[in-house]
Amino acid sequence: MHYEAPIRKPLIEGDKSYHDITVDVVRPVESSAPKSWWLVFSLALLAFLWGVGCILYTIGVGIGTWGLNKTVGWAWDITNFVWWVGIGHAGTLISAVLLLFRQKWRMSINRSAEAMTIFSVIQAALFPGIHMGRIWLAYFVFPIPNQFGSLWVNFNSPLLWDVFAISTYFSVSVVFWYVGLIPDFAMIRDRAVKPVQKHIYKILSFGWGGKAKHWQRFEEVSLVLAGLATPLVLSVHTIVSMDFATSVIPGWHTTIFPPYFVAGAIFSGFAMVQTLLIIVRKMFKMEEYITIQHIEMMNIIIMLTGSIVGIAYITELFIAWYSGVEYEQYAFLNRATGPYWWAYWSMMTCNVFSPQFMWFKKLRTSLMFTFFISIIVNIGMWFERFVIIVTSLHRDYLPSSWSMFSPTFVDIGIFIGTIGFFFVLFLLYARTFPVIAQAELKTILKSSGDNYKKLQEKQEHGDH
Amino acid sequence: MATTNQTIINALFDDDDVLLSSVKQVREKGLEIQEVYTPFPVHGLDKAMGLKETRIAIAAFLYGALGLTTAISMTYGMMIVDWPMNIGGKPSFSWGENMPAFVPIMFELTVFFAAHLMVWTFFFRNKIYPGAKAQNPDPRTTDDKFLMEVIAGGDHSDEEILALLKDSGAIEVSVNTAEHA
Repeated sequence: MHYEAPIRKPLIEGDKSYHDITVDVVRPVESSAPKSWWLVFSLALLAFLWGVGCILYTIGVGIGTWGLNKTVGWAWDITNFVWWVGIGHAGTLISAVLLLFRQKWRMSINRSAEAMTIFSVIQAALFPGIHMGRIWLAYFVFPIPNQFGSLWVNFNSPLLWDVFAISTYFSVSVVFWYVGLIPDFAMIRDRAVKPVQKHIYKILSFGWGGKAKHWQRFEEVSLVLAGLATPLVLSVHTIVSMDFATSVIPGWHTTIFPPYFVAGAIFSGFAMVQTLLIIVRKMFKMEEYITIQHIEMMNIIIMLTGSIVGIAYITELFIAWYSGVEYEQYAFLNRATGPYWWAYWSMMTCNVFSPQFMWFKKLRTSLMFTFFISIIVNIGMWFERFVIIVTSLHRDYLPSSWSMFSPTFVDIGIFIGTIGFFFVLFLLYARTFPVIAQAELKTILKSSGDNYKKLQEKQEHGDH
Repeated sequence: MATTNQTIINALFDDDDVLLSSVKQVREKGLEIQEVYTPFPVHGLDKAMGLKETRIAIAAFLYGALGLTTAISMTYGMMIVDWPMNIGGKPSFSWGENMPAFVPIMFELTVFFAAHLMVWTFFFRNKIYPGAKAQNPDPRTTDDKFLMEVIAGGDHSDEEILALLKDSGAIEVSVNTAEHA
């Protein structure tokens, strides 16, 4: 009943037993942090505090502190927003879509990927909030009658769709993540010796006891949540792309945007998962669970989605020419050869060219190279959003309104701050939460553990 | 589950396959299993124990339908009845004509209601909430051990049941006469 084709390589290495998995997963929680953790954490905290300062300055003085002007009214803020939301997509893709496809390799990476989703959506949600200018009126986005009469929100507006999409996505991701965490918190609770720690994990674990009926419901809930999260994740970046696609700005007004944005989101998200997991597996010695095979699988997805993104770029260019619309043609010519040519070609190099290296097995199984490419892809995807947003806006219909955008230290500070905040959250998570979904992983030990696979092979040979 | 001063016989296992075959043997003997505690979902255990299929997915469907209804009534009430807006020369004549613009909201609220209410139902039905007392009597069952609780009685003596459990591979067996809920 635990049979798996011998051609599939083991997903858990190092002759693990169920108890070994428990001990390995709980180790970062029960032991003190390695020096490398403190180093990265301090850096992230500094960046975060700098960002907090810049945000407070923005709220206090107004968004005039940013580099925006009358022509370019959206720049780094929305670029960062789309970038962060996009990064979040890989977590849901791993935990939901790969669950529906019964991909066993998701199990040792889904917890961290889902954590990454939640933390990056938090960063994303910051930007529309502070771009409002008057953040204390943020409740205006919700459908509540305001004090001036029953003026409601406009349900025809993509920006409002975004509010619903992002809040649904965030809250459902949190719940999906938490339901999976409950049995693992219960495991930590039952092992904890220190009273404070035991009490905290008792609260977090909701009293979970692993009754047969509860596991039956647990599996059904996970499956239904995965089924709900799959169209949800696709809808989120579709709706984000509609913020642009439903407007009449040349370069934005295209029907290719939804699929192109979703592919780009998965692409950048997997790159961020690689960045984080390569650090985590090293820092917490998880090499036997997050194997080279896991890294390779994710690199293949990066290669595939990178190629989809490349095709989308080229399609866009072709359609701009083929449409015969001069404004559209100019928008794309200007992207590639105008004053922002460097951003466009950075985007092309990072997103279309660099993932093609993953065709080589040697490169996609190399940790150093993967780490390098994952950073490159993240830079490239940031430039993609910058190119779409700023190059379309900076050449207005009237040449007298043409302008350029240059960020101020506040723009840069807030962006760096969100990177810091993201890493602060992720590093705190990595020290206090079970970073691997151990209960789920135990279910595949007998089919995908290297010791069991060897045993299976021996038995098969014995039969002949 | 019955609440009496029943005698419960506990059997601890260290392997999911052994547990599964033991559950089948115990059931064949006509004994009733009160509960099984496992560290991870053991596939086929619910069928072996004769548990009914969970209806939580049906509940989720109903919650989703509720979410969709909410979205339809909300957009209708706010945009068509209460405050029709003329946006870009495209007034809101009827809900039907405006519907395509409401699809994202309808979808999101369907998912929102289905997911959250299903998870609340999951918590409620399992009686799990922040700070609840651990439900598993033996802390080892969240690590690598599997605990089966068999209700003693019927035609079998306690000794017989203990022997059966031991033979089927239990690593520890004990008789528990304490009151059970």
